[in-house]
Amino acid sequence: MRTMRSALFVIGLLTSIVLLTGCGKPREGITLAGSTAFQPFAEKLADHYMAAHPDVAITIQGGGSALGIQSALSGAAQIGMADLVKLPKEADALKSIVVARDGIAVVVNPANTLTGLTLEQVRGIFAGTIRNWNEVGGADHTIAVISREAGSGTRSSFEQIIGGVTLTADALIQDSNGTIRETVANDANAVGYLSHGLINEKIKPVTVDGFSCGEQDIQSGDYKLVRPVFLVYRSDARPACQAFLDYLLTAEAQDLLHQNGLIRAN
Amino acid sequence: MKFNSETAVKGVLTVVAFSALASLLLIAVFIFKEGFPFMLKVGISDFLFSSTWNPQAGQYGIYPMIVASLYVTLGAMLIGAPLGVAGAIFLNEFVPPPVMRVIKPTIELLAGIPSVVFGFLGVMVLAPFIREHFGGPGLSLLAAAVILGIMVLPTVISISSDAIGAVPNSYREGALALGATRWQSVHMVTVKAARSGIIASIILAMGRALGETMAVIMVAGNTVKVPHAVTDPVRTLTANIALEMANATGMAREALFATGVVLFVVIMILNSIARATLKRRGANK
Repeated sequence: MRTMRSALFVIGLLTSIVLLTGCGKPREGITLAGSTAFQPFAEKLADHYMAAHPDVAITIQGGGSALGIQSALSGAAQIGMADLVKLPKEADALKSIVVARDGIAVVVNPANTLTGLTLEQVRGIFAGTIRNWNEVGGADHTIAVISREAGSGTRSSFEQIIGGVTLTADALIQDSNGTIRETVANDANAVGYLSHGLINEKIKPVTVDGFSCGEQDIQSGDYKLVRPVFLVYRSDARPACQAFLDYLLTAEAQDLLHQNGLIRAN
Repeated sequence: MKFNSETAVKGVLTVVAFSALASLLLIAVFIFKEGFPFMLKVGISDFLFSSTWNPQAGQYGIYPMIVASLYVTLGAMLIGAPLGVAGAIFLNEFVPPPVMRVIKPTIELLAGIPSVVFGFLGVMVLAPFIREHFGGPGLSLLAAAVILGIMVLPTVISISSDAIGAVPNSYREGALALGATRWQSVHMVTVKAARSGIIASIILAMGRALGETMAVIMVAGNTVKVPHAVTDPVRTLTANIALEMANATGMAREALFATGVVLFVVIMILNSIARATLKRRGANK
């Protein structure tokens, strides 16, 4: 009987804890889901927004561009993040804004002496017709092509821009921008591509057709590997959600994106 | 009162026992329901035996992944089983018991290391080593097999060692009394008597190697291609599901469930083969 009573006591205690923590000021919740490339930027923006608006709680989830659109459609997230050259058909039911533009950098290991490729060469390397670095003016080593998984927004944008190639069957597949970076940083003969905001000193971006994946050449339209970052949302979005979307297009938010390596939306 | 609590406990335990069974059944039914119609749509032989995997273009061939899963598991067993069994024999027969009481829990700690840590070591240490000394991109079948071989060690060692420890001392004494050397008594008597436990440990380890996902994604390179050398990168069935799950919609999503069906069937086949072998050996005794 004694154990019974103490068990009841514990259950009661736990219940009251659950009930009590539920109390407090209600916070308006906004969930963003989708592109893993835009995720770190969205987190920064959300932190800033929440600092100014303590009554709003913003959650950022990854999952990929396709999932972002799916979640916005199903209502699992209020805002979907998709970095694609063009939104797919199923997103027609949703409203969308372009929050930023993002360059896709072709990156190699810093040990690689190569500094530039032509778009034609990039296409050849990823299609598997160019297999050795000496064919594009590098050292005599087999090229290790690193790509993203099928369905990735970065991959589909990249393939569309370089011209509808079928990726070589020999390509190594990594499932995020971060692991692409690690793999290229670890392999002297590797080539990969990733969002240009995520370039660091461990990898080296190369120029494409003589233009670098930097702000100037992206703004001028000379650097071709650029895609917009879409935010999609349902037309019946709540006011708090709309307010956050409006904030993202303000000069303050755009400056923040710009400082962190993205290109302004307009 | 006593009678009531007896039946109550019995009832509760029955429900708990069946809930494990029920969840297994639910998982099986769900995977088959999602995946099997897709296999019929694409054609079972096309799905299983064609080599092009490109869900965006409507090509769903998982043959390279089936081969890769089997090779990686086989490789892990070739590395993990001999090492693990040898380790278990050494611990039980050649190490003084107080030392063993320290070493065995330490080895079992190895089982608690998360697979992502093994994967990380593989990417940072093993892959560059393979790239430098054996060629290829480093992330490879060999790297996956070695990492998995190490990951299954605690399973093999601890179960084998329990089995060897359970062999009655009178067996060993009998062998020694007949003039056998220590090694003869170990490999002709003790290991033979513990055989079923040792095989069970290898079956369990095989299940773990086949099902491991995180570490494999990190070190195997994930290329969808039938490997021709151990230094070639491969993608296993589990890696395929985990890699593309996030972005898959529609047919591509169904294709991943169908991959799950195949994995399920492969595991059942391997398990039944192992069980059948175990039974036959038991009958031969």
